[in-house]
Amino acid sequence: MPETGGNSTFSKSTGLPRKRFYRARAHSNPLSDSHFPVPLSPSHVDYSLHYPQFFPSSDKADSCKKIKFADIGCGFGGLLISLSTLFPETLMIGMELRDKVSEYVKERILSLRVANPGQYQNVSVVRTNSMKYIPNHFEKAQLSKMFFLFPDPHFKEKNHRRRVISPFLLDEYAFVLEVGGIIYTITDVEELGDWMKSCLENHPLFEPLTEKELEADPAVKLLSSATEEGQKVARNEGQTFQAVYRRIAASDQIS
Amino acid sequence: MDEEVAASESRKETTEVAPALIAVHPDGHHVAVAVGPDLRVFNFLSNSAVSLLDESVNQPFHKDNIRAIRFGAKGKLFVSAGDDKTLKIWSPENWKCISTVLSEKRVTAVAISNDGLYVCFADKFGLVWIVDLNKNSHDKKPIPLLSHYCSIITSLEFSPDNRYILSADRDFKIRVTNFPKNPLNGAHEIQSFCLGHTEFVSCLAFVPAQENPHSLLLSGSGDSTVRLWDITSGALLYTCEVAIKAGLLESNGNAEEHDHAVTDLCTTLDGLLVAVAIQSLQGIVLLSCNVSAQTLSVAKVVSIAGENFVPTCLANNPSTRELWMVTGVSSLPGYDYPSLSRVLVISGVDVEQEPVVLGDDKIPGGIKLLETLQGTASFDDNAFLVAAEAVKAAMCNLLIKKQYPFENREYRKKTRNDRKLKE
Repeated sequence: MPETGGNSTFSKSTGLPRKRFYRARAHSNPLSDSHFPVPLSPSHVDYSLHYPQFFPSSDKADSCKKIKFADIGCGFGGLLISLSTLFPETLMIGMELRDKVSEYVKERILSLRVANPGQYQNVSVVRTNSMKYIPNHFEKAQLSKMFFLFPDPHFKEKNHRRRVISPFLLDEYAFVLEVGGIIYTITDVEELGDWMKSCLENHPLFEPLTEKELEADPAVKLLSSATEEGQKVARNEGQTFQAVYRRIAASDQIS
Repeated sequence: MDEEVAASESRKETTEVAPALIAVHPDGHHVAVAVGPDLRVFNFLSNSAVSLLDESVNQPFHKDNIRAIRFGAKGKLFVSAGDDKTLKIWSPENWKCISTVLSEKRVTAVAISNDGLYVCFADKFGLVWIVDLNKNSHDKKPIPLLSHYCSIITSLEFSPDNRYILSADRDFKIRVTNFPKNPLNGAHEIQSFCLGHTEFVSCLAFVPAQENPHSLLLSGSGDSTVRLWDITSGALLYTCEVAIKAGLLESNGNAEEHDHAVTDLCTTLDGLLVAVAIQSLQGIVLLSCNVSAQTLSVAKVVSIAGENFVPTCLANNPSTRELWMVTGVSSLPGYDYPSLSRVLVISGVDVEQEPVVLGDDKIPGGIKLLETLQGTASFDDNAFLVAAEAVKAAMCNLLIKKQYPFENREYRKKTRNDRKLKE
């Protein structure tokens, strides 16, 4: 990246990082071997690095606060930023595979914290392949919300196994979600929307939210409006397809 | 550098060899060795080689390297599977092939449910498939059961109470999944993940429950440790740095990484003793397992004097307190030994007794057994030295993520479209 002196990658007016300096390819191969550090187990995740205000020292014994929301494939972090002020006491993390994009989100959060003292302390981002390493980051039943907003559609049938929502990956998401936890998905690709809905519909550990519950949930409103992808779809007056499901307890009859 | 990269690519081709495998029937009447595509079985009751029967195909029954064999359901079943993408289920009673199951991908591990109703196998893409043995057709269609996302599954195991199916992979993890009453709809409820290994997990073994309501799980790994787990919570109970404890490795220096990967585990005496095979150790390590204190400690290192024998697989004969070991490789570049194997037995694997490596003249079954399982009673010791190296290289290639130096990585990206545009 060309460094033309000073803080040129940051906007002069807002102090936020400028996206044009974090140009990344639109896709990343989730099947390839990863070469970034992965926590050995959820207890190895250093909360003091992610949330210094909540965890002043790396000694975790004094607090039992855990990450509750995960934005899988958080992209440029629009949803996280909106959720941060909506749920200021809830720890949340974005997971992004593309190196430069996760760097951007990191800088964005850091500058927001500087510009708004006391705020945005509950959000962070990690570069990881969530299709492979979800169990390394979260314990059983740790999360209360998982977001999958505008994931890669992977149209070709031979690439369907690269989709982030798939019948077998839902097993892992169900493992890290608490009973009653909610999984949010949205896409502007009808084919993918049908796919995600049918995966969730056919999974024994998920049930759909009712219309009433959807209306009452403040996070649902953010799905189409908060992210950069969502805003792009709205600008082009495109259609979106969402599926919001709740993790339910396993019953013996189902299995 | 071009040649360097090309050389490392071509090395991949030559090292795709499979280690020899061994399995002993629970009542001790049969012992089976698989090496390359060959399946060799010896019957102690008739003291002769068994001729396997499969009406559907001519010999060899497997067309490529066999990667997994095991007896199951208290000895009522035997399965073999491997790189030829076929799984064969045999009846040890008459050694007839009950059914042949076709897989889409190469098979890396197999397991048989304790009630004998289901056979599970893992393919090279991380999918575990289940075959219902109740159906009365010869050709059985496997149904997907669960999946590790794009990882090679190294070991599959049912818990002794049949409540869980465990799968270990090369991404350091062990998944414990509830085995449902009707598993043909998939096994979706994960009980726990056992996380803590820092390299690929190579093998799993259960310490059978005694007074303990939950059985303990043992795992061996490329990180040269054997670990003890509580499978209901996934908690790591104990780590035994077996290579250091057995004096193979200085505790501070790692002479050569991955030199001392644990390749196989075998519990004896209801789990009081655990035999461990380690790459580059000519012999085995016996660990004693203290179930109530939940610890492991090295009881003894049994070395094999006078020959190059690094066991590739272990099996226990509970009725005679013998530990059966095999070493060998499917093929050896530069040598004219297809399906090279060598079998040895350690007797007196007991807390009180002194373990003894039996000489070829003392081995149960005698010369006839050696001729059956090794193909020949005589052997070329030097070949086994090369074989051990070949097996090690193949395992590293398969299970360890390749680390490309920075320049190498840049070289590999040179054909990428966005790079080309810049020029």
